[in-house]
Amino acid sequence: MAVIADFALQGAQMLLVLLMAPLLTGFVRKVKARLLSRQGPPLLQPYRDLFKLMRKDVVLASNASWLFRIIPYLVFAATWVAASLIPTFRSGLLFSWTADLIAIIAVLGSARFFLALAGLDAGTSFGGIGSSREVMIASLAEPAMLMIVFAIALIAGSTQLSTMAAFMNSADVGLRVSLGLALIALIIVAVAENARIPVDNPATHLELTMVHEAMVLEYSGRHLALIELAASLKLLLYVSLIACLFAPWGISSPVIAPLPLLIGIAAYIGKLAVLGFLLAVFETSIAKMRVFRVPEFLGAALMLALLATLLRFVSGSF
Amino acid sequence: MMPTQTNVKVDGWLEAVDRLAGGHLTLLSLWADPPDVKMALLDEASGAVSIVSYHCRNGQYPSVGVKHPPAIRLERAIRDLHKLEAIGASDTRPWLKHTAAPYEFLAAEGEALHQIAVGPVHAGIIEPGHFRFTANGEFLVRLEARLGYVHRGIEASMAGAPLDGAAKFAARASGDSTVAYGIAFALAAEMALGIAAPPRAIYLRALMAELERLANHFGDIGAICNDASFSLMHAQCGILRELTLRAADDYFGHRLMMDIAVPGGVVRDIAADGAAHLGTLLAEVRRVFPQLVELYDNTASLQDRTVTTGIVKPDYARQFGAGGFVGRASGRAVDARRLPGYAPYGDLKFEVPVLTAGDVNARVWIRIREVEQSLALVEQILAALPGGALRVDLPSRGGEGLGIVEAFRGDVFVWLRLADDGSVARCHLRDASWFQWPLLETAVEGNIVADFPLCNKSFNCSYAGHDL
Repeated sequence: MAVIADFALQGAQMLLVLLMAPLLTGFVRKVKARLLSRQGPPLLQPYRDLFKLMRKDVVLASNASWLFRIIPYLVFAATWVAASLIPTFRSGLLFSWTADLIAIIAVLGSARFFLALAGLDAGTSFGGIGSSREVMIASLAEPAMLMIVFAIALIAGSTQLSTMAAFMNSADVGLRVSLGLALIALIIVAVAENARIPVDNPATHLELTMVHEAMVLEYSGRHLALIELAASLKLLLYVSLIACLFAPWGISSPVIAPLPLLIGIAAYIGKLAVLGFLLAVFETSIAKMRVFRVPEFLGAALMLALLATLLRFVSGSF
Repeated sequence: MMPTQTNVKVDGWLEAVDRLAGGHLTLLSLWADPPDVKMALLDEASGAVSIVSYHCRNGQYPSVGVKHPPAIRLERAIRDLHKLEAIGASDTRPWLKHTAAPYEFLAAEGEALHQIAVGPVHAGIIEPGHFRFTANGEFLVRLEARLGYVHRGIEASMAGAPLDGAAKFAARASGDSTVAYGIAFALAAEMALGIAAPPRAIYLRALMAELERLANHFGDIGAICNDASFSLMHAQCGILRELTLRAADDYFGHRLMMDIAVPGGVVRDIAADGAAHLGTLLAEVRRVFPQLVELYDNTASLQDRTVTTGIVKPDYARQFGAGGFVGRASGRAVDARRLPGYAPYGDLKFEVPVLTAGDVNARVWIRIREVEQSLALVEQILAALPGGALRVDLPSRGGEGLGIVEAFRGDVFVWLRLADDGSVARCHLRDASWFQWPLLETAVEGNIVADFPLCNKSFNCSYAGHDL
């Protein structure tokens, strides 16, 4: 019985992230539009776009290889799995023993590696530009991300997300400088990883300034739908990760009771809304930076995370 | 402003070319009226305009572009459209005419260089043009534009058309400058016929021209910021632009005020409550615009993108006679409203802002200052608006004339020859973009690929006005 319930809950988590991801994207777009005095597209527009793309034919470049065709499925599967492992409304899910933060970063890194290959595969100049820029950003964002994981893991005593969340929710955590530094670093990395302003602009139509969009410019139809859905999932993943590590309130403990679960889901949706709103405000108030400023920006994240780790070594109370 | 016109032989033509190359004169335009080739020259010291006309033998004339590069593309266009050959020209590739033969882009040699081809179909909804970049990674080595995709044969369609029909063609050369083109064509026609528009028409034309300038500058300032992904400015400037266009629709019955300035005057008066409406618009702009300027100036992330990006050297601006914000941001203090000047601007007080930095930021600031000047001009025009007739009747006779009008992006030049029955025998339109597109290619030098859209938007050259 318990096993069935565990399966059901893990399944619910997977469905929840999949269904919520386009909504979060739509919500951020809507808030940005309202901040610009525009009406904005309906909240459900991303779902309609996905359905539209799913029904459309795929146009393939004549010199695209088999890699180009399977990569959307790979990227989508990897991102979905990674997003399912983050404790959102309940910790200690069935797969939570695999929910190691380093493993999640590795899964996302593989997805990015394949996407960069796809950008190069069709042989267009924009794909090449996009892949080269994406890899430049990744080579700085991934070390920073690992350093953030170390900083938090040293404090929480685990890289296992359920344990980390439980620790952060306990009274032991206290007010720590290193956690503050790690949070800022994590936000910087999340902005860069999700191709948001000021690193990239998800809404741009200027081919020459694109990073993520240039890489996937050759995709169409269901392939594009999968890549868009994967991008939405990735945004949800990072927002959930920040919520899980730095605002773990309301996450239901591994007991099976309806009320804590309901509270957990409500708290999760509330956290998504708050963080999505903050993201939209941030994006509206800043211009995109020059491509060669991105290393400095991500370098700051790396330094902050490094500082957080070092401080932790200097004194246990940091 | 009657231009002096001289018919020259080879010696006179070459002397004019030397004076251009020496920087004593500025090339206003170079065009063909077969079998003649004509050059309009501006003396920036005195404001005098002269036309030099050369009678081609065997369809050939001595090249201007070989000594004065701004003429190169005009010569290539003459060859495509009129089959007159510039002897000694260094660049004999077609320009406006697109043939099946592959186009040879200028070479760039070096290790690890690669080409990036952009357009003519772009990811956004903009006009078609092809840009060929040669880059080393992100660093640009060379940019070459390939235009002509929107060639509609406007000049050929105008030949033989009655004056009012031709005026409609002129007004459609570039939709965002339709008022400026309308006025320039009207001035050329009026000079050819030896008549003058009534004072009220002249003031109403200036009112429309300033409204057009306001609307376009609002649009540009917002669009430049949007290319740096700062969409807040884009949204707010979009509101101001929309208000201006709606005001134009209220007074003149057309958002872009198309086909209202015609040879002989204007076709309609402003609506009875026009002045009051305009007052509300001005008050709103004066309230909102300074806040936007402050926002632009105080947003560090935006300044980081625009300052020192895409610098146009003052020498190039002077050599090419670049008009509008491109020239004035690079120290060329020339505004067609002042030099050579046309009515009613002699009676109005305004300043011509000039900066020397030549970067994207300077081009934004020229626009900001010009918005302030245009607001003051609109007020002056409304206060001084004379009464009387709107239009005079046009006689039917031949003649030649030219008009130079300051559109929002620079000087529009129109030259017109009327047949004896009053129809258009030959009309030449030259947009400011002819001398700005080549400068864009110099401005991106040393910049990175990702900054090109920002440079391009700060120029906002016309494709349609150039391709005709």
